[in-house]
Amino acid sequence: MNDLVENVVKGDIRAVARLIRDIDDGIPGVREALKALYPHTGKAYVLGITGSPGVGKSTLVDQMVSHLRRKEKTVGVLAVDPTSPFSGGAILGDRVRMQRHSLDEGVFIRSMATRGHFGGLTQSTRSAIDVLDAMGKDYIIVETVGVGQDEVDVVKSAHTTVIVVIPGMGDDIQAIKAGILEVGDIFVINKADREGSDKTLSDLRLMIDMDQKKYEDGGWKPPIVKAQAVFDKGVEEVLEEVEKHRAYLLETQGEIDFRRSPKRVREELMDLVKNRVIEEVLGKLTETGDFDAAVEAIARGEKDPYSACDELVLPRLEIH
Amino acid sequence: MTGKRRIRIMVAKPGLDGHDRGARIIARAYRDAGYEVVYTGLHQTPEEIVEAAIQEDVDMIGLSSLAGAHNYLFPRTVELLKEKGADDIVVCGGGIIPDEDIPTLKAAGIREIFTPGTPLDVIVKWVADNVEPRGEY
Ligand SMILES: Nc1nc2c(ncn2[C@@H]2O[C@H](COP(=O)(O)OP(=O)(O)OP(=O)(O)O)[C@@H](O)[C@H]2O)c(=O)[nH]1
Ligand SMILES: [Mg+2]
Repeated sequence: MNDLVENVVKGDIRAVARLIRDIDDGIPGVREALKALYPHTGKAYVLGITGSPGVGKSTLVDQMVSHLRRKEKTVGVLAVDPTSPFSGGAILGDRVRMQRHSLDEGVFIRSMATRGHFGGLTQSTRSAIDVLDAMGKDYIIVETVGVGQDEVDVVKSAHTTVIVVIPGMGDDIQAIKAGILEVGDIFVINKADREGSDKTLSDLRLMIDMDQKKYEDGGWKPPIVKAQAVFDKGVEEVLEEVEKHRAYLLETQGEIDFRRSPKRVREELMDLVKNRVIEEVLGKLTETGDFDAAVEAIARGEKDPYSACDELVLPRLEIH
Repeated sequence: MTGKRRIRIMVAKPGLDGHDRGARIIARAYRDAGYEVVYTGLHQTPEEIVEAAIQEDVDMIGLSSLAGAHNYLFPRTVELLKEKGADDIVVCGGGIIPDEDIPTLKAAGIREIFTPGTPLDVIVKWVADNVEPRGEY
């Protein structure tokens, strides 16, 4: 495992690919690797891109990669697509739009499925970000479909979160309002070549303005950029806004340390601890059959669930 | 941590023909069988396919070709995998491939060739019987 980490830090593609696979597959040894990797992380700038299916996220990412490469920045991409709930399989198709960067050594692209990751998608993605960070990428772009809470949580690990919408998404804007608006640092109205982008712009602006008070207190007011990703229009403007947001973070929180800010660290550590406790306690309970036995006892009316819970959990809390 | 490796498959279309219906149908069949499928899209060079396969750490590459350049493109892909030390990735091919080409392709390291008549479930089942997660790093 330590060889693997060493080679990741040297930028070895196969090592990077394998470590992300180990994270994805939940190989137990990966924990040690991540420990060794951690001191090498914290340098990359992380961008999260999310939005409804088909709005042009991958196309935008592809263009952003080109622009960043022209500025001689190296880029890692994590493209997350949903796992089929029926088969557990997935078609990871984001790469189609980015494949022109395949031979560029300054770009590493990895597709990931949302599949039943132990500890959730957020955990795996954070770890995968760490790998790309440790390999020395300047920017890491994470694309997720903004449908579930999981996917929204993922982009929250980013320094800057970009929400992509398209014209004529009236109802969808309401949906955004319900969950995603709060996490958006930048809004992109993509496919602005289509009708209705002005209406979408004013709808969005209205929604953002509702939080007026927050901005008056020096908070970041999310800008809205119109883009036509497929025609490479508006992409540079998106990146300019990213840089502005970066400057804002630097000024208010000491930018790169942002992922290590107490608030962020608290969240991440809490997730880790929760997952580990679940894994240790619940994993063992189900393995030994004690859980099933308790279920039967409750069903037979011999026990109440509250006592059963205590009996199952309390003796197992003393884990070495 | 479950520690169970899942098979990842790359479906790629080398060459110049502009149809990927077949490739998409296969990709969907693999997905429905529970595999993770990375799809690369059309017009890929063997170099691009191999680089992507390494970055994606797939266990198998399924190449699809309709335009007749398979005699170059398929063996070239295997050759590049060897050069990169990644020849434990299984390569198979499908598409419009004349029977007389098949022995040469197999000799070049393409593990199996599926021609248009092959039922989907045979193609999918082949993975379960022939593809294992790649060896340790
Ligand atoms: N008209 C128009 N089409 C665009 C634009 N940007 C992207 N598209 C097209 O929109 C379609 C979807 O693009 P993707 O980049 O795959 O969208 P996505 O959001 O990544 O899709 P998922 O990952 O499947 O959710 C493609 O056919 C693109 O060519 C744009 O600015 N204008
Ligand atoms: Mg996409």
